[in-house]
Amino acid sequence: MANQPAIAVKCTSLKKTYGTGPAAVQALRGIDLEVPAGKLVMVVGPSGSGKTTLISVIAGILDQTAGTCIVFDNDLKVMNNRQKTHFRGQTIGFVFQAFNLIPTLTAAENTAIPLLIFGAKWNDAIGQANAILTKVGFDQRMINSYPQDLSGGQQQRVAIARAMIHNPRLIVCDEPTVH
Amino acid sequence: MKYIAIKMLIGDTAKYIGILVGLTFASLLITQQSAIFVGIMSRTYGFLRDTGLPDIWVMDEKVQFIDDIKPMQDTDLYRVRSVEGIMWAVPLYKGLIRARMDSGNFQTCNVIGIDDSTLIGGPPKMLEGSLVDLRIADAVIINAVGAKDKLARVLPDGTKIPMKVGDRMELNDHRAVVVGICDVTRTFQSQPVVYMTYTRATTFAPQERKLLSFICVKAKPGEDLQIVCNRIAEKTGLAARTTEQFKDVTVEYFMKFTGIPINFGMSVILGFIVGTAIAGQTFYSFTLDNLRFFGTFKAMGATNKLLLSMIILQSLIVGTIGYGLGVGIASLFGLLTKKTELSFLMPWQLMLFSAAAIILICGGSALVSIHKVIKLEPAIVFKS
Repeated sequence: MANQPAIAVKCTSLKKTYGTGPAAVQALRGIDLEVPAGKLVMVVGPSGSGKTTLISVIAGILDQTAGTCIVFDNDLKVMNNRQKTHFRGQTIGFVFQAFNLIPTLTAAENTAIPLLIFGAKWNDAIGQANAILTKVGFDQRMINSYPQDLSGGQQQRVAIARAMIHNPRLIVCDEPTVH
Repeated sequence: MKYIAIKMLIGDTAKYIGILVGLTFASLLITQQSAIFVGIMSRTYGFLRDTGLPDIWVMDEKVQFIDDIKPMQDTDLYRVRSVEGIMWAVPLYKGLIRARMDSGNFQTCNVIGIDDSTLIGGPPKMLEGSLVDLRIADAVIINAVGAKDKLARVLPDGTKIPMKVGDRMELNDHRAVVVGICDVTRTFQSQPVVYMTYTRATTFAPQERKLLSFICVKAKPGEDLQIVCNRIAEKTGLAARTTEQFKDVTVEYFMKFTGIPINFGMSVILGFIVGTAIAGQTFYSFTLDNLRFFGTFKAMGATNKLLLSMIILQSLIVGTIGYGLGVGIASLFGLLTKKTELSFLMPWQLMLFSAAAIILICGGSALVSIHKVIKLEPAIVFKS
């Protein structure tokens, strides 16, 4: 992309503390991180080491306690909730550990959600969902299947397709290979 | 996202049906019990509805409701007639007289004595015979329900032979001949209704110094009824009420001095509580179950406004269907019991009342759910 900054994410002295007083838990203790645009970066660490907290802050879902987090030249700390919500929807795609597919929606409908949230027409959104699901190897039967009728791997592919359907600049995946 | 909201709602079949059943039950109970209540209340002034010609009812000032008879002197009729703005004024007797049956049993009858010359105040609908037949000696007209039931002759095997035109009866030791069968609105009293002329009624009635129950008045065209009422009250010292005012006074008496509103009010409140408990709780639980998905939508960029509109839409759908089913079943109930003694009246205001109650239940549960969703941290989506 022409205007794509070279650095997608830049975190400086990023801190996040849960709770206050003696019960406070310091999940992030001054993280410095740079993620170049167009690169795949993996954060590896033991359970409870703060990986999910880090990507939550990067994705604008959690507010940091201290430090800065710049995502595509946008300082998330200065954004209000509404701006952050809009930013997330436009810029970030998510793959959740538990996939969070809605059981009452078909694979195509689940995949179309990011487009529908931003007001896409139903037929257009479903059409795009069908196309991207086909790209991840789904046939028509699977496209119209409900999550509970799909295997873990197939559900994972739906989650990935959903994260990519609106062409986000950053995809945040939380333990995507756990299943 | 509207379609997504609908699919999320309908897809969870068990909860969806649970919410609908709760709302239907609440709507049914609220509508049906209120309709019976309104029906009973409307029966209290059924006689006023049947006697449509007079604009104004004149009575003793202490009369509290239609069946509270405090007789006036016959001369009061002439005093009322002398008041300016009155087109006509006729006497009306209303009282209870015992009828002696063939079997030897006694049956108290609600006797209406109407003006001999004009027959104003007669039954609204004649099924057999004619109103003018009341001028025949000893003639009376009885209502169909009374004729078939309480005035019927009971054979030894229990079979009831309805009283018919030509039959005789004894009213306070006076011979009476049935010359007609009429249909009247069921009143709060269950006694058979017997129409006769005013003179005959006052002859049949147990001897009292005063026997005039009401004076029915028609105002001249263009006269303000309230002004005429005031004039009558001022000149005669009697109470004069328009038909609507008399209806209101009657209903007010029953509301104030009987336990009817409390009993039915309890049923309506019960319906509301049951509806709130079942439907409200299930809807809230449905939202809680979907909280993770609302969190997912939030993480993906859905605004609170969008999520609220989804919850409101879901609430509207279950509310509308539940309300429709409840009111529909209540209407069906009313239709099926139309020819029975059950009083059932469902005016449009009642449907609005029921709708308001359902809106309150749905709105309340939606509000609680909305509060939960607004407070929801999208970080919930990363919790496995």
